[in-house]
Amino acid sequence: MTDLPSLLERTWRDDYGRIVATVIRVMGGDFGSAEEVVQEAFEAALLQWPREGVPTEPRAWLLRAAKNKAVDRVRRSARLGARVDALEVIARVEQELAPTLDGRDWQAHPDDSLRLLFTCCHPALAEDIQVALALRTLCGLTTEEVARAFLVPAATMAQRLVRAQRKIRDARIPYVIPEPDALAERTRGVLHAIYLLFSEGHSATEGMELLRMDLCAEALRLARLTRSLLPRHPEVASLLALLLLHHSRRRARVADDGGLVLLDRQDRSLWDASEMKEGLEQFDAALALGAHGPYTVQAAIAALHAQAKHAAETDWEQIAALYGRLTELAPGPVVELNRAAAVAMARGPEQGLALVDDLESSGRLTAYHLLPAARAELLRRLGRWREAEAAYRRALALVRTEPERRFLEERLREVLASTPPTS
Amino acid sequence: MKYLLMIYENEKAWETMPKAETEQLMGEYSAYTDSIQKSGNFVSGEALQPTQTATTVRVRDGKRLTTDGPFAETREQLGGFFLVEAKDLDEAIALASRIPSVRLGCVEIRPVVDFSGTMG
Repeated sequence: MTDLPSLLERTWRDDYGRIVATVIRVMGGDFGSAEEVVQEAFEAALLQWPREGVPTEPRAWLLRAAKNKAVDRVRRSARLGARVDALEVIARVEQELAPTLDGRDWQAHPDDSLRLLFTCCHPALAEDIQVALALRTLCGLTTEEVARAFLVPAATMAQRLVRAQRKIRDARIPYVIPEPDALAERTRGVLHAIYLLFSEGHSATEGMELLRMDLCAEALRLARLTRSLLPRHPEVASLLALLLLHHSRRRARVADDGGLVLLDRQDRSLWDASEMKEGLEQFDAALALGAHGPYTVQAAIAALHAQAKHAAETDWEQIAALYGRLTELAPGPVVELNRAAAVAMARGPEQGLALVDDLESSGRLTAYHLLPAARAELLRRLGRWREAEAAYRRALALVRTEPERRFLEERLREVLASTPPTS
Repeated sequence: MKYLLMIYENEKAWETMPKAETEQLMGEYSAYTDSIQKSGNFVSGEALQPTQTATTVRVRDGKRLTTDGPFAETREQLGGFFLVEAKDLDEAIALASRIPSVRLGCVEIRPVVDFSGTMG
């Protein structure tokens, strides 16, 4: 028999979100109480299973325990005079959870997870709290883990989560999958939340580490879940493809000393072949569903990189064209900067530099270290050493993660070593 | 559940608006009010006189202090409100997004506290 703590931990990881999602619904959208009830059910398992043996259907046992505790709680609050239609809630708990309780019919309410995801990502909640709430409720992360993910003290995160749950209750944010006419708009929000979470993990904006694997893994988990919940939605498939393709390169992206390794210098044998394969499959699936949005274009770029066996084989001309398309679909200075870098690879550093200069004179990315860093890189390739040096120094003044700082310092040393002495 | 939909917009915009446009907006408002009365969402709704007519009053240590002007000087001002009955926030958002002024300013949605359980 697997040891009990690890069995419970796995059940928590795999099923907490689904159990909570169902209990929130039958408890009329009460997040806080539903979470407490499910946690109490897990605590009961921790006490009873060692004595009585692990039930044949652990999940069903947990759900039944949660149900009983939910009914108790509703009865108690009814006695205390809280204004809930207790009988109605109890009837709903009994009736709706009954079919789920024999374990075989576990899939009876796949919609509950989706309902929970859409409620967590409701636009009436602030963007960062949406993801935090999804991680807490749907992925079963502890408040401490969520706090760590967002680099805030646990007490701060606890307060934010409580405030969000209170808003859901008091402003009556409905626990529903949006109506078809609002679904597209609302799915965009869900995907954006997952994308932001992954981006933060993939290129941490602060701190000692370049990648925050925990965030990437959780974002992937949410993306997979959303994909399974909305199997016909093209952009969901694109987003999953995009995340998988980026995630597959994670080991090659960080050097042994924790430094940053750019794509052209990565050891491609370190790329995760199975994740890459899955990413390409998801990308094909997205295209088959008619995907063409911004995540699709980004996934297409990632797929072109994945398909190049060596950096020199990269189809930069096509990548530059895709970035051009992306500047139309999701305009923004960061996209333009990436386009400039691709153009430089496809048609030479001068053309890339012209685009970077345009961007710089527009004054839109003045506080972003990657703008002077990109400029410095192109000047270095053109052998314009003194200008490259100045640009590296500007980038160093703006950079906020330690590995990127070291990367820039190393490049600066290379440039200084190449600079001929003043005549 | 009741929600208060507070309409904020730049009242100066109304002053400088061509007459035809003002009439068009007023027409839209009356059509909107009709439609939410028919759908049963309407509880009440009023337009307010501009903030230059506003008076703010406080009582401190039993003394009344009355001042000219609104509570806060802001770029957009409270110009009117609807009190609506909606089943949840999504319905309230849908109602708010049909208010004509939502295209010019914005609408703040606030759930109304229900005291009926504790006072009854």
